[in-house]
Amino acid sequence: MKNKECVAMLLAGGQGTRLKSLTKQIAKPAVYFGGKYRIIDFPLSNCTNSGIDTVGVLTQYEPLILNDYIGIGDTWDLDRKYGGVSVLPPFMQAEGGGWYTGTANAIYRNLKFLNQYDPEHVLVLSGDHIYRMDYGAMLDYHKGSGADATISVIEVPWDDASRFGIMNTDGDGRITEFDEKPENPKSNLASMGVYIFRWDVLKQYLIEDAEKENSSHDFGKDIIPALLYDYKKLMAYTFEGYWKDVGTVDSLWEANMDLLKKEPELDLSDQKWRIYSKNPNQPPQYIAPTAHVRNALINEGCRIKGTIDTSIIFYGVHVDETSVVKDSVIMPDVKIGKNVKIHRAIISKGSVIEDGAVIGDPSPDSEITLVADEGSVLATSYATNS
Amino acid sequence: MDRIAGIINLDHEQDMLDELTYFRCGAAVPFAGRYRMIDFAISNMTNSRIESVAVFARRKYRSLMDHLEQGKAWDLDRKRGGLFILPPDWNDPTDISRGDLQHFHNNIDFINRTLANYIVVSGSQHICNINYQDVLQEHKSSGADVTVVYKKVDELYPEHQRAHKLDVDQDNRVTAIHNDHSNNNVYMDMYIIEKDLLYSLIEKCIAHGCSHFFLDGIKAKLPEINIHAYEYHGGHALVNSVESYYRNSAKLLNPEDHDELFKDDAPVFTKIKNEAPSNYTATSNVSNTMVANGCVIEGHVEDSILFRGVKVAEGAVIKNSIIMQRCEIDSNAVLENVILDKDCSISNGKTLIGAPEKPYVVAKRRTM
Repeated sequence: MKNKECVAMLLAGGQGTRLKSLTKQIAKPAVYFGGKYRIIDFPLSNCTNSGIDTVGVLTQYEPLILNDYIGIGDTWDLDRKYGGVSVLPPFMQAEGGGWYTGTANAIYRNLKFLNQYDPEHVLVLSGDHIYRMDYGAMLDYHKGSGADATISVIEVPWDDASRFGIMNTDGDGRITEFDEKPENPKSNLASMGVYIFRWDVLKQYLIEDAEKENSSHDFGKDIIPALLYDYKKLMAYTFEGYWKDVGTVDSLWEANMDLLKKEPELDLSDQKWRIYSKNPNQPPQYIAPTAHVRNALINEGCRIKGTIDTSIIFYGVHVDETSVVKDSVIMPDVKIGKNVKIHRAIISKGSVIEDGAVIGDPSPDSEITLVADEGSVLATSYATNS
Repeated sequence: MDRIAGIINLDHEQDMLDELTYFRCGAAVPFAGRYRMIDFAISNMTNSRIESVAVFARRKYRSLMDHLEQGKAWDLDRKRGGLFILPPDWNDPTDISRGDLQHFHNNIDFINRTLANYIVVSGSQHICNINYQDVLQEHKSSGADVTVVYKKVDELYPEHQRAHKLDVDQDNRVTAIHNDHSNNNVYMDMYIIEKDLLYSLIEKCIAHGCSHFFLDGIKAKLPEINIHAYEYHGGHALVNSVESYYRNSAKLLNPEDHDELFKDDAPVFTKIKNEAPSNYTATSNVSNTMVANGCVIEGHVEDSILFRGVKVAEGAVIKNSIIMQRCEIDSNAVLENVILDKDCSISNGKTLIGAPEKPYVVAKRRTM
C-alpha cells in the first residue's frame, strides 16, 4: 500500500476532572456540546473535512461510550478500506505494558500503528476543544516552511495569556521559546494543542524520551522543550477563528451560549464544513401551542410545551407546561415536569426533573449549576447506550 | 427459525399528489418533516427483522434511488440480502408477463435466492407502524394460505374509496374483497405468504396472462385460497391524494396521533442529512408546529410542519402549512394553507393563501 502523507493521532484518554460529574462515567471527548454533538465530533469532522482519512484515537479513561460512539467511524465518513479510524487503547505486550503514562507515551506505544502507514507527517490533536479548523492548510504551511514541527497558535487576550502555554516567536514565526502558563507572558500566542511533526523527527524524539526516567512523557513538558533545546525548526501557525477550551463546567456552558449569539463565530450550519455526529433517529421536534421559544437551539425528538429562553436543547428532551428553561444547556433525553424553573444550569443526559423543581441561580455571573446523573434529590437518571 | 423477506410493490400506486408527484413517485414524497412516504414501509420491515427488501419501481423513481442509496439508513447495507431497487426488465423479448407480474417474473431471483421462507408484500401509501413478526405468528396459527392486513377505520374519507375493503367472518377469515364504500375494514396493501406458495401463484398468473398479482392471483381465487385477516390497531394514514396528504400531516401535530406512529422501540429511519439543531431567534414565535433540524426561524409559525433546513425570515407569517426542505420564506411573506415543495423561495411581502380543504401547492424549486 502507498504510504499516507499525514496520519492524525487524537488524544482522547483524558478524564477531564474539572468537568466534575459530567465525566464521572464518560471520557471528556464524549461530553455533549451544542445541542447535538460530542466534543470529539469537532476534531474528527475537521479531519474528514481537511482530507485526513487516517486517525488513531488514543483512549484510556472510561472508554466504553467513546468506543461505542466511534464505532467504525462511519459517522465522520472515516470507514475506509485503507486507513479510517482506529481506536487505540493501552495494551499488554510480551515485555510488559500498562497504562499510557503521558501524551507522548501514548503515541510512543503506538509506533507500530504509525509505522504501518509510514506517514511523512503526524498530526497530534486533543479532544478538549471546540473549533473548526482546516488541518490541510496547516499541513501546507508546515511543508512550505520546511519545519520539523508546527504548532498551531491562537492570539488570546493579554490578560488571559498566563493561563495558556505561550509560544514566543521571532519575526518569521519560528518558535524560540515555550512558556507553560507564564506569570509575565512575552507573547499572547497560545498553543491550541494541535501539532504537526515530521514523523522521522518525532519518532526519534519519542524513542529518546521513552528512555528518560525522569520524563513525564508529555508533549508540552518534554517533547517540545527537547526539540527547542536541539534547535529543531519549530514554526507557529496562527489560527484565526473560534477556538474554545471546554475543560470546565463554566467554559462548557459559555461555549454553548456562544452559539446563541446573533452572529455566532462558530457556524454549525456551514454546508461546506459540516460537523458530523451520530444521528439518534428521532422524529422532528414539536413545539406545542403552550410553548414560548426564543433564542434557542433545539434538536430532534424534543417536545416543548413550556418556555425556552436562550438555551440549548439536545435531542429527546421533553419540557412540560408552565416550566421555564433559561440560560441553560439541557442534554439528551432529559424529562422536565410541570412548573419547573431552570436558570443558568447544565442538566446531564437522562435526568428526570420532577414537577415544581427549582434549579440554578438566575442572577447574572452566578455559578453554573450542574445537575448530574447521581447525587441529586431532584433528578434520577437512567443510562441509555447511544 | 422463520425468516421473512420484504417486497415493496409500487407498481399499482398512482401518482395522485398533483405537483408533489410531477417529478417523483408517491413513495418518494416527503412526509412528516423529515421522512419520505416509503421510509415507513421500509422501517416497518427493518423493525420486523427483515434483512432483505426489494422495491418494485416502474415510474419516476430517480428521486427514490437518490433517497434510498445503499439502504444504509435502514440498516439494509448487507452482504447477504439488503436493499434492492428493481425496475422491470424492458429488454426481454420472450417475456410474456404483464403488469406487476412483470416485476415478480423479472425479479424471481430475489424470491428464489432469499433464505427467507416467508415474503411480506406491501405498498407505500398506508403509513403505519406495524410489526410483521406479529402478523407472521397470527398467520401461522391461523393455518391460512395468505394473511392480509386491514385497519378498521373510525371514519371513511375520500381517500378510502380507492382502497379495497374486506368482509371478515367471526374467525377472521376473509369472505370477500371489494370496493364497497360503506365497509370500514380497509385493506392496507400488505400481505404475508409462504415463499413456495407465492412462487407457484406467480407461475399460474403468468401462464394465464394476468396483470395484477393481488387481484388476479389472490382475490380472484377466493374462496379456494384461505385468506386470513390480521387487524392492525395502531396509528394509520392512507395518503393517496393532496387532500389526504394535507389532512394526515396536520394530524401529526396532535401528540396522541404522533405517538401512535413514532415509537421508541420501533423508530422510523430515514436518510441522514447531518443538519445542525434548529435555531429559534429572539424574534421567533412558534406554536403547534413540527420542526425538523437545520431550520432558522425568525418569524411567526403556527399549526405547520417545517422540513429540514427551512428559513423563515423576521416578519414572515406561516399558518396551517407544510414547508418542505430548504425553502426560504422572506420577510413579511404570508403563507396560509400552503404546501411548498422542496427548494421554493417566497419573496418579501408575497401572500399565498389556499383553502383549508384544498391547500395551495407550489411545485419544487419555484420562486414566487
